[in-house]
Amino acid sequence: MKKAVSRVYLTLIYIFLYAPILLLVVFSFNDTDTKSRTVWSGFSLRWYEMLFQDRMLLEALKNTLIIAVCAALGATVLGTVAAIGINSMKGWRKKLVMNVTNLPMLNPEIVTGVSLMLLMVFVANLFGISLGMGSIILAHITFCLPYVILSILPKLGQMDPHLYEAAQDLGCTPLRSFFKVVMPEIMSGVITGMVMAFTLSLDDFIISYFCSGTTQTLPVYIYSMTKKRVSPEINALSTLLFAVILVLLLIINIRQGRMGKKEEKEADV
Amino acid sequence: MKAKAVSAPYLVWMAIFIIVPMLLVAYFAFTDSSGAFTLDNLARVGQYSNVFLRSIWLGALSTAISLLIGYPVAYIISHSSLKRQSVLIMLVMLPMWMNFLLRTYAWMTLLEDSGLINNLLAAAGLPRLHMINTQGAVVVGMVYDYIPFMILPLYSVMSKLDPSVVEAAQDLGADGKRVFLRVTLPLSMPGVISGITMVFVPSVSTFIISKMLGGGGNLMIGDLIDMQFLGSAYNPNLGSAISLVLMVLILICMGIMNEFDDGEAQGGGMML
Repeated sequence: MKKAVSRVYLTLIYIFLYAPILLLVVFSFNDTDTKSRTVWSGFSLRWYEMLFQDRMLLEALKNTLIIAVCAALGATVLGTVAAIGINSMKGWRKKLVMNVTNLPMLNPEIVTGVSLMLLMVFVANLFGISLGMGSIILAHITFCLPYVILSILPKLGQMDPHLYEAAQDLGCTPLRSFFKVVMPEIMSGVITGMVMAFTLSLDDFIISYFCSGTTQTLPVYIYSMTKKRVSPEINALSTLLFAVILVLLLIINIRQGRMGKKEEKEADV
Repeated sequence: MKAKAVSAPYLVWMAIFIIVPMLLVAYFAFTDSSGAFTLDNLARVGQYSNVFLRSIWLGALSTAISLLIGYPVAYIISHSSLKRQSVLIMLVMLPMWMNFLLRTYAWMTLLEDSGLINNLLAAAGLPRLHMINTQGAVVVGMVYDYIPFMILPLYSVMSKLDPSVVEAAQDLGADGKRVFLRVTLPLSMPGVISGITMVFVPSVSTFIISKMLGGGGNLMIGDLIDMQFLGSAYNPNLGSAISLVLMVLILICMGIMNEFDDGEAQGGGMML
């Protein structure tokens, strides 16, 4: 009886979570005029066709990908160096730096966005340039950094600090011993941080909205779509994005599953 | 390792992109458009106390509903078999990977006057309901968008809860209700607290959900800030003052939440 109740409850929650998404998907194939979005009038792929002819959309997609790659790489390099620096700090200095680092995560996103916008506009006016890709990338690196740092710091904490010294005693230069000894130890944290930064940047709307000037990223473009013309094109876009995410997650999960099995086998041997 | 040299680039970055922007917000909040010191902006924030109250009310309501719905979900998931747990949690996280604008848009098409729910009602011969552009719609949208942030920390705390503690309570004669109230609930408090912060902060400061689902009549603090910077009421000084007040408000709320959180309580803050 208890089990049945919890099963029904969970099912209801998953319906709540997925029904809206499912509806978006279904109505992306709807052959309708733009006025009535929720009356089914036959199967059609015309919204997908329109999507691929939408120059601005493709441009926004390109911008988003460029920004996400740059932001992920930038945040990862800077975050790795920062994590090593923070890890070697002690006492009040460490506390202070960590508190400031966490600020963009604790602050409401809109406040972070607005504050970065004030900075970017100030600098842009100083040099007579306008906001665009550059300012978005800088802003994205900033809000991704804490996530990168927080995923690397625990790995550094687990590492034996003498390893690095040992490598140098054996004749490595500091840089070489960093890449040969420290990097392999913290690699999993670095990759987690980079993936997180990439997805956060892809998905971000609020920070980009304030720092983008006239440049459009995909979320900013979606926002303008929901504001002006209401068309099933958005449904088609949502469907495609959801499909991409689903496939990516499935691949990651299957790979992890395989790796898990491999490890089990190795452990058995 | 030469720690100082290594951390230098990050410290410079931090100063430029975290500290200076915050100082700029403070500077704009305390000056007028010509740059002279003034307290007018902060005084004017007082005029918008109804917007602040509405935001806090809607944010708190969404958080409470998320907690009420989410707690049993996390509880049930953490009590199912390990293999099912990972699938079920994955299913909770999956919608989060879709941009929140699209998820909110989905609710727009559902709640509209000519939307799906109303069409279904009409087909069933029932009167149509006016749902879009109401506070209820905004709350539904926020609960839908942010409930994973409630379920995930709750789940991560509950799944680590040692089942032998519950068994011990049962052995000592506690019935189901008492086990829950005296053991499970107190031990899951760290998850409850991080869930509350993770839902409350984005909901109280949202500006798109309220615009898309609440129409023009249900402005929230975020909309107000947006209007001062990129909207019709261009006034970055007032906008900064509102941002400053919002920030202080959130920090106070978090401070209060942390008071409830005792020292041993950590973890739970799962982000993705």
